[in-house]
Amino acid sequence: MSACLDIRRLSAVLPNGQRVLRSVSLAVQPGEVSALVGESGAGKTMIGKAVLGVLPKSVRIVEGEMLIEGEDLGRLDPKARRTLIGARTALIPQDPLTALNPSRRIGTQMTDRLVRILGWSGERADQRIRQLLDEVQIRDPERVLKSYPHELSGGMRQRVLIAAAFAAEPRLIVADEPTTALDVTVQKQILRLIAQLQRDHGTAILFVTHDLGVVAKISQKVSVLYAGKVVEEAETEALFAAPQHPYTRALMAATPRYTDPYASLKPVDESVLAGLAVEIAAADKDWRPGHG
Amino acid sequence: MDEASVAGRGLSPRLWLAGGWLLLALLAAIFAPLIAPQDPLAQDLMLERLPPFWLDGAEPGYWLGTDSLGRDLLSRLIFGGRIAFIVAFAAATSACLLGSALGLIAGYFGGWPDRIISRIVDVWMAFPPVLFAILLVAVLGTGLSSVILAIAIIDWTRFCRVIRAEAMSQARMDYVESARIAGYGRMGIMLREVLPNVLPSVVALLSLEMGIAVIVEAILSFVNLSISTDDPTWGSIIAEGRLSIHQAWWVLVFPLITLILTVLSFSQFGEALKARFDPVLR
Ligand SMILES: Nc1ncnc2c1ncn2[C@@H]1O[C@H](COP(=O)(O)OP(=O)(O)OP(=O)(O)O)[C@@H](O)[C@H]1O
Ligand SMILES: [Mg+2]
Repeated sequence: MSACLDIRRLSAVLPNGQRVLRSVSLAVQPGEVSALVGESGAGKTMIGKAVLGVLPKSVRIVEGEMLIEGEDLGRLDPKARRTLIGARTALIPQDPLTALNPSRRIGTQMTDRLVRILGWSGERADQRIRQLLDEVQIRDPERVLKSYPHELSGGMRQRVLIAAAFAAEPRLIVADEPTTALDVTVQKQILRLIAQLQRDHGTAILFVTHDLGVVAKISQKVSVLYAGKVVEEAETEALFAAPQHPYTRALMAATPRYTDPYASLKPVDESVLAGLAVEIAAADKDWRPGHG
Repeated sequence: MDEASVAGRGLSPRLWLAGGWLLLALLAAIFAPLIAPQDPLAQDLMLERLPPFWLDGAEPGYWLGTDSLGRDLLSRLIFGGRIAFIVAFAAATSACLLGSALGLIAGYFGGWPDRIISRIVDVWMAFPPVLFAILLVAVLGTGLSSVILAIAIIDWTRFCRVIRAEAMSQARMDYVESARIAGYGRMGIMLREVLPNVLPSVVALLSLEMGIAVIVEAILSFVNLSISTDDPTWGSIIAEGRLSIHQAWWVLVFPLITLILTVLSFSQFGEALKARFDPVLR
């Protein structure tokens, strides 16, 4: 069986030639949660956007392949690519406020995609949405469907977005820090919901986060990203049991324990950063676009 | 927040005051033949320069007095409202449709459509608008339709600039990205995701533009370039009133008040409507 998402040696550059992704390879198997972890600016969002075909215009992919269920996105014409991405993937975004259109009711926004893009009947779409709202434990669907986004709390909005992401039964969901914008108590509920729906629907998730605590809870596999380069890739359990790369070890040391919420983040050690700089420089030296 | 919630409940006094005046003026203009106390064109030298009703020498039935040809001022103002409103609605709507459509395309699509449209707007805005209008009417010839056309041709840029900027910031929103991921086409996203969010601004600008159209029409009739018939317009009444300011101040003052009230009401009404339309303030 082919992987649900297979990224092979993906490199992307900015107009000034700076690389933002450095031969990234990672795979997400069907029904699996694969975490992508790294500090701010590492390129996690870039990878998600590349997969979903919404990279900023300034970012250019210079090598590599992306396959969704064995289909090479690079070999499809733009229209077929859009159709494939639309049918098989969905996004759970970071900020549940800006991800919903402020001037359209929740109900219309949610059903619209099923009706217009997938050609469902209005009734079927409506039923489906209600079922999903129930799954994300929204108890008063009537009110929520009639609401405008600003009338809901952040947690409610994120539930709506989770429901919307699962509604069309995508094969792959990219979840880009879906709990970062929420407060701590809500974060845990939302995380549990995503895990629950993921199991029930058997959807593969590429779960982007900078929080190793979240990684441990939700994923079966992890890729550690630094400066657009995957520095370590392992089963989650194995990674936590025996982190191989010094940067991974430093990240773990820097993650406060849940028992002690006031523990301060330790900065990553100088020597580790120096080692990473050497590693990145070596990768860039050997790299020529098209020959990677 | 307080102001917004008051507006939201529809209690905003400016909405009612501005809307009330506009409705009154509009109804008067529509039903002018039924309402006007006198024939606006009837001259009577026996009745010239009658003062308004509260001054000595006023005649019953000539509430706001008469001009130097003995024509009833109130009736002329009421009939003048017809042309003012026709120009306001027709010119502002045309400018709005053209400018908003181009602004939406430039702002959402970006790239070369934006470069072309923005360049045209820059060139357009380099002309002083009143001179531009006079020039256009001189070319198009006087008459109602050329006045409307001239205002639309000049003022679409107001809509274009504002809507372009708003569409641009809309294009960066996450829900637009989600729609792209879901597989919506660009046109669909523009109409479904972007347009509803710029609509409140379109409405506010449209109302403001109606006020501006009223002024421009008045200026054009003031310089005798608007409607070449004998029909009274606010601008032509003001032009005549200016000549007799020392003998009959009311012929200048009342049309000015009417004009200013109408223009102010249009802009206030637009702002109040925008506050009501805006889902976040509603
Ligand atoms: N629109 C853009 N154009 C050019 N460069 C960008 C753009 N957006 C981000 N970048 C750069 O690309 C790199 C990767 O950014 P990205 O947003 O993927 O990081 P991230 O890992 O998601 O970080 P965060 O945890 O803060 O979300 C960063 O160095 C960033 O400065
Ligand atoms: Mg990010």
